[in-house]
Amino acid sequence: MPKFLFHYVLLPLLLLCSLSVRANDLTIEVVGGGTNRHAIALPEFGLESALPGGLTPIIQSNLARTGVFSFVDPNKVNNRPIDPAQIDYPAWLGAGTMSIAVGKVTAGAGGTITVEFHLFDAARKTRLTGASFSIQPNQSRQLAHRIADMIYEAITGKKGIFGTRIAYVIKHSANSYSLQVADADGANGFTLLRSSEPIISPAWSPEGGRLAYVSFESKKPVVYVHDVSSGSRRAVANFKGSNSAPAWSPDGSRLAVVLTRDGHSQIYAVSANGGEAVRLSNSNAIDTEPAYSADGSRIYFTSDRAGGPQIYVMGAGGGSAQRVTFEGNYNVSPTPAPDGTALAFVRREAGRFRVMVQETATGQANYVTDTHYDESPSFAPNGQMLVYASEQGGRGVLFTVTRDGSTKTRLTTSGGDIRAPVWGPYPR
Amino acid sequence: MMWKKVLLAAMVAGSLAACSSPKGPTDPNAAGAAGMNGKNGANASGMYGQGGLNGSGNGMGADGSGNPLTDPKSVLSKRSVFFDFDSSLVKDEYKPLVQAHSEFLKKNQTRKVIIQGNTDVRGSSEYNLALGQRRAESVKSMMRVIGVPENQLEAVSYGKEKPRATGMGEADHAQNRRSDIVYDGE
Repeated sequence: MPKFLFHYVLLPLLLLCSLSVRANDLTIEVVGGGTNRHAIALPEFGLESALPGGLTPIIQSNLARTGVFSFVDPNKVNNRPIDPAQIDYPAWLGAGTMSIAVGKVTAGAGGTITVEFHLFDAARKTRLTGASFSIQPNQSRQLAHRIADMIYEAITGKKGIFGTRIAYVIKHSANSYSLQVADADGANGFTLLRSSEPIISPAWSPEGGRLAYVSFESKKPVVYVHDVSSGSRRAVANFKGSNSAPAWSPDGSRLAVVLTRDGHSQIYAVSANGGEAVRLSNSNAIDTEPAYSADGSRIYFTSDRAGGPQIYVMGAGGGSAQRVTFEGNYNVSPTPAPDGTALAFVRREAGRFRVMVQETATGQANYVTDTHYDESPSFAPNGQMLVYASEQGGRGVLFTVTRDGSTKTRLTTSGGDIRAPVWGPYPR
Repeated sequence: MMWKKVLLAAMVAGSLAACSSPKGPTDPNAAGAAGMNGKNGANASGMYGQGGLNGSGNGMGADGSGNPLTDPKSVLSKRSVFFDFDSSLVKDEYKPLVQAHSEFLKKNQTRKVIIQGNTDVRGSSEYNLALGQRRAESVKSMMRVIGVPENQLEAVSYGKEKPRATGMGEADHAQNRRSDIVYDGE
């Protein structure tokens, strides 16, 4: 490895990553050299240290998780710009900078603050994006996510996902479970539901206002739809036997669910408000884990009709199914990418459970995780990352991984054994 | 210099506000949901109260009332049917147990049972739920064949969610591959 690269790109990157562990309770594991990454400089914004958590540390943690960026160490450059006119372009270029964000915090009217930021192309000296925001000081974390999204979009041309939310389940003890909602980086978590019985399979409605899930609070699995803002909820599938695996249709009007009222696990459709169920799958085997394709025309699902569990796809109205996975003898939890270009799922091989991503165009499936127990993959709404559940020290923990598997980040959420993460849609 | 003081004051106020309320005004939904949360919890416990699932296993003590369902000398106090790996077949050694409960149910047609299937703790939650269902249905089918009416039986699954044994050894897994027979009111 060229010494220059190590000292000016990789070493600073590693140092900054370890710094961000302390700053944001995140562990970022970067696999691969990062030579294709976009080198961005994020010198401290003027007076950002007065805000809880600052701004640039949060922006950097967000951007690091995308696998797209490397970070220029500001300490290697003798220049502290907070306004565009103060940028010493040759100095930053000399440190390998491709783009540089500068910003500052000032006092606004009535206790508000103003945050101004600009992103510049270091070589062309052109402004790529930027804005001025007037916020309450305690909105600074949300604003950092917004700025990270703007930077991500300016550099990649893809929509950012740092303003989105995730949901997941914490097992606090054998008799205590909760359904949590948090920011996409794991921060700001709050409890939506607490129960003495298990909660599994949360699923965000397409508009992000509701969560469907399976609760065992009545001593059997029942599917609920829970309004996140009002807290009101109702059982939408509570038939004799088990009710589970809710999946929203893309228009939010109905759910595919798994019922056993006909004697074994089959896929049905119910209205999002409850009511009668219409059977969709028709086999003598287990059909479960339905997931609508992004366009709503098809349903992916897991079935053991050929022996071990494999992934199949059928029309959204039911009918004949085609097998999708052929390698391996245990492929479960199909999760179509929101843009329809890939399918994530979990494969068990040699006793290990790992997340795979299969590109629709090529049919090529690659492992994107590498421990012994990775499950419950869920795509970010831009399709570029996934959140999944893994295990450390016998407890469930959450990670995000880029679609190519190159960058993994552990999300540190408040205690307990965490499972079943699901990434919410873009805010509307 | 004045604006600096103003800014500092704003910052301090902001920090304090942030401390006292982790949910910023950017997220009114969060505060609302957190407020509702306690209510949901209360509803849940109020509606369902004491379930008694925990008492559903083997070895329930005699209650002195001569209730055969809880008398350890009665086969009816045995409630668990264990299965082989990757199997939902009721093994011969558990057939007398299923037979005894079936006869009890035929004689006591106001009693109902819920049969809860369980699996190992590894693998997809939902696929395991379906596998556990198969084990519950297997016991239910046998009871139906023996002549227990459908309306006295319900087969459900806990999948891997409520393991009796939490270890990773084969003995632990074997403990978890089972169906439990739970009577109404237990």
